[in-house]
Amino acid sequence: MTTSAEAWAPQDAEPAAAAAAAPAPISPADVAEAARLVSFGLQAKLLPSRDAEYAELVRRYRDDPPFGRLADAVATGMGLVVLEVSPRAGMAVAAAEDSVFAVRMGDYSRRANSESTDRFLHGLAHLAVAALAFPRPEDLADDGYLGRVSVNGVDAFVRQACRRLEERAAAEGSNTDPASAAPALEAAWRVWARRSATGATKDARRLSGSTTGIVSKAVSFLVDSGFLQKTSDDAGGTYRTTARYQLQVRDLAGSAAMAELLDLGVVPVSDGTATLLPPDDSDELVADAGLPFHSL
Amino acid sequence: MSPVTAIADQPTRPAPGPAADEGLARRLKALACTAPLHDLDSRKVNLAGEYASYTMAEIGLAAIDLVTLNMDFDTGADRDIVLGRLLPRIAAQNPGRAVTEHERVARWVLESLINVGSVDRGFRAVYGTFGPDGEYTRRDYDFKLIEEVPGQDGGVYLRTTDEAVNVLVGALDTDVTSAQIAAEVKLEVLIRRGRLADAQLAAEQARYRTVQYAETLRRALEATRRNVRAVDWMETVPDLIDEALDHIADRYRHENAILTNIRKARDESADAEHKRRAAELVDIVKDCIRRHTQLQTRLLEAGPLFRAEQDRQAFSAPTARAGIDLYGQLLAPVLTLPLADATRPTDAFFARGTGLRTPVSVRVSDLVELLLTPPVEREHLGVELPEPDLVATPDDSRFSEAQLETALDLLDLPADAPRRLSGLLADARARGAELAEDGEELAYLVALLAVHAASPPVGTAYRQGEERLLFAVDDGTRLDDPGFGGADLIVGSALLDAAGMAADRRDAK
Repeated sequence: MTTSAEAWAPQDAEPAAAAAAAPAPISPADVAEAARLVSFGLQAKLLPSRDAEYAELVRRYRDDPPFGRLADAVATGMGLVVLEVSPRAGMAVAAAEDSVFAVRMGDYSRRANSESTDRFLHGLAHLAVAALAFPRPEDLADDGYLGRVSVNGVDAFVRQACRRLEERAAAEGSNTDPASAAPALEAAWRVWARRSATGATKDARRLSGSTTGIVSKAVSFLVDSGFLQKTSDDAGGTYRTTARYQLQVRDLAGSAAMAELLDLGVVPVSDGTATLLPPDDSDELVADAGLPFHSL
Repeated sequence: MSPVTAIADQPTRPAPGPAADEGLARRLKALACTAPLHDLDSRKVNLAGEYASYTMAEIGLAAIDLVTLNMDFDTGADRDIVLGRLLPRIAAQNPGRAVTEHERVARWVLESLINVGSVDRGFRAVYGTFGPDGEYTRRDYDFKLIEEVPGQDGGVYLRTTDEAVNVLVGALDTDVTSAQIAAEVKLEVLIRRGRLADAQLAAEQARYRTVQYAETLRRALEATRRNVRAVDWMETVPDLIDEALDHIADRYRHENAILTNIRKARDESADAEHKRRAAELVDIVKDCIRRHTQLQTRLLEAGPLFRAEQDRQAFSAPTARAGIDLYGQLLAPVLTLPLADATRPTDAFFARGTGLRTPVSVRVSDLVELLLTPPVEREHLGVELPEPDLVATPDDSRFSEAQLETALDLLDLPADAPRRLSGLLADARARGAELAEDGEELAYLVALLAVHAASPPVGTAYRQGEERLLFAVDDGTRLDDPGFGGADLIVGSALLDAAGMAADRRDAK
């Protein structure tokens, strides 16, 4: 990831490269090309392999460091964060906080703006899609990994996790029914569990407030972001991930959410195993299982 | 739904022991599950029209019954089927009313049990508990009776929840296996003593237990499909499958024995009421057997499913770098947080994980045009279909309809007088000459039909309940004919026992 500090400090960053490239003055044409590359990057669904000009600009970005820094600078100035520039992902840019390109929850769903439960459900749906698309830590790290998710699968996956928490609470004998006076203290898993999975509507469309409706909204939004591609209509819609989604989740979203969690005093264990498995049974399963143990 | 607040009215007194309190809470929850049913009858006055003469709670309970029994292994019960089967009962309650009104009642009851108006499509009851320090807290209990689940085909299906099954049959929250064994032993005893009314009740209960057993297994298999590693395929699952297969084998034998017994009761009983009950029992036990068979198929598929899923999920080269464990480090901890806290990480993930949107800027000239354009009428039926351009295909059949008719007429042999193919061919040639047609062609068609009859479609005839069937047998005689070679088949008609077959088919269903 290139930050604005690097981009604006060419003399410190790569003196050797600058010397080798015999510092040519930056012409307006170069700036135009750099801005063109950024504009390609903004078209999230466009890939260099589909557009010769785009491919050429990506090649130039990688071969010509001063041009690369120029493109980075243009992006930074527009409020974008450059995640990667490569033939597979193109110029993968993400919106910086408060940039005009950023998506706000209020624009995403009006209901989510006013209802805290809906706000949470929409956010959780996005987190769950990512978690199911990249179930193991190495899936997120492996550049060649293609994740597959389906709408019904995501819902079932979260419900399963909720059920496990419910069983655990029942085994501990704790009463998870929230106090009527303090709905904000209700355990988060209950909110998903009690929302209906689907529902019949008068016009045969998906019930937008149901959990599959919420997940379906999330995946179609991600399709528009160039993060997922629809492969079939099976299981409520089946999708595969793109390189950009992996970059976005790995380099931005995951760590941002993690920082919030740490801020709340929740310290997720780093080996990713201990919290997931039931206290009894088999050490067999522990090996890299970053997933819920589905008790039988 | 009216909140259940019985405990709130009790006078303040020292907190009872935790066990007593818990028991009370459990009973209150059970009570709350019945509330939507009572509620049906108290809310029916709000319906526009005269609905007082329907007993809504009865219809509601019947609806829960129907959904439970029509729940499939994979999906739930089809909404239309449930509504359709509910109609006879509603119609019986008020035969004078229009069918549309009955349908309205059925829909209203089902939607009320789903609680369509609420966001969660569920119910909430309020009850109170004493904390360890004697502090009284009101709590919300959320539950559903019938829930809507997505089907494979994208449709919406219905499933009854555990709560509903508990309301319906009661005390089902027990060890399924032992409960079923007990019910079946009871059933056998009852049948032997000829107490069919009790036997029917027991059989129905056994069926509910079978359904619940299937449901448990369905969940287990579904979890495997999602994630192989999450399930212990070393011991737990193979044990489970063996156990379940043993169980099915055992039950199957058991139920077949019961079936034989009741059939005997059905056929030998002189009492009409007895007969009817026995016949109903046969149906119920058959349904049990069907469900076991279905379960068994799933169990046999479990092994291949595991291997396929393992291929799909497990074989990927391990990478040196480790990423974030999205489930273990993010999703799972978030789910355990209180709602107010959990929203912070999900908001952060949403802000960074949804990608970017390029803001749309509008020019005034475009805007004016946009605002002045009349809205496009949305057609309910979609775009008009273009008239298909049909081309008459040339009739290139080798034989004409008339020829086929003649040939079939020739082959319409009496059941007691089969004939040789050679004779039939001679007849065909003669008939062809008679009709001033090509006798050779007709003979060819007859020969074809006779050869076809050498492997008569017995299964089709059985299914369609046909009364006669053309057959051909080769007894080793050679055919001496200028146009054809091979065996001189004996062609005849076999009469089939259509009535007997129909009875068999009914029984097999």
